Amino acid sequence: MMVFAIACSWFGLTIAEVSVADLEKRFAAGRDTVYVVNFWATWCKPCVEELPAFDKLSRAEANNPVVVLLVSVDSPNDRNAKVETFLRKKGFSCETAMLNESNPHIWIDKVDPSWSGAIPATLFVSQGKRLFKEQEFTYRILDSTFNTFREQSK
Amino acid sequence: MNQNSTRACVAKFCVLLAIVLQMVSPVQAQNPLAPDGIKIGDQAPDFTLKSVDGKLVGLRSFVESKGVILVFTCNHCPYSVKYEDRIIELHNKYASKGFPVLAVNPNDSTVEPKDSYTMMQERAAEKKFLFPYLVDETQAIARKYGARRTPQVFVLLRTRTGWTVEYIGAIDDNPDDAGKAESKFVEDAVDALLNGAKPETATTKAIGCTIKWKKG
Repeated sequence: MMVFAIACSWFGLTIAEVSVADLEKRFAAGRDTVYVVNFWATWCKPCVEELPAFDKLSRAEANNPVVVLLVSVDSPNDRNAKVETFLRKKGFSCETAMLNESNPHIWIDKVDPSWSGAIPATLFVSQGKRLFKEQEFTYRILDSTFNTFREQSK
Repeated sequence: MNQNSTRACVAKFCVLLAIVLQMVSPVQAQNPLAPDGIKIGDQAPDFTLKSVDGKLVGLRSFVESKGVILVFTCNHCPYSVKYEDRIIELHNKYASKGFPVLAVNPNDSTVEPKDSYTMMQERAAEKKFLFPYLVDETQAIARKYGARRTPQVFVLLRTRTGWTVEYIGAIDDNPDDAGKAESKFVEDAVDALLNGAKPETATTKAIGCTIKWKKG
């Protein structure tokens, strides 16, 4: 584990890009998988503060069909200097990606019509069911929200 | 079944479907502190808040204007900072045409110390704001308007009986680079209103910072 983390930081990190359509395709193919998608940015203090809770959830659910995905909405200009550097330093074990969308007025509604665009925001998806939360999470609240959602979407 | 009763059935089904859809559609206000607020065409609630120069300012202070560009913004949010110069430019361009900017900071300064009244005064002086920068200390105004993030703009038009909400959303579609914005939503909305028309795009969404609501 330690060796792996060191190797990761040694070889650097190239973050994947993802569009809302890519996410939807993945949700549709995921069958019983529970997806927890957190929208964040390096400049957003409450986002950065809650990221470890998402990483912890991902590690706690490592043996279950659960995907925790951290999607950065940082500007593409900040990709190398900010996002990748930040993630390399943090060494999260969960999946990370950068959002590849250009028109917020369209893609924010596609993620969820109730979303104002404020971050942090988190989308839970499983078997066609969705739960969207425009709020900050502590690990305790994230874990209970996740478990209630998983139970209800079975 | 004759045609009329089929039609009635279809109508009933549609009503039922609408009810069901309403039940399964996501709850609009996840945060009980940030309700849906006002919509386009609604009467804009009046208010009186303290500005950085100590004066009390509200919509009533603008009875001679055609409207107001009400911006919920703050000191600390990097997205607000990105848009700061554009907010200043909006005021420079439209105040003389009858649409001045009115900035309101809704954040709780115990949650975000950079948004304290003193820091607001400093920022306003530093950036030489020519528009009022008000503190929404109880957050009642942000709640009444249903503001959810900073920056978020409400373009208000003065009517004979008060103020109506004509645009809600982002300033433009490029937070990183004003020069590369393809749509300047607020300018387009105000230009339309100045021409006696309604804004073509009346609501937009954008990434921003959550409003820092009081805890507990």
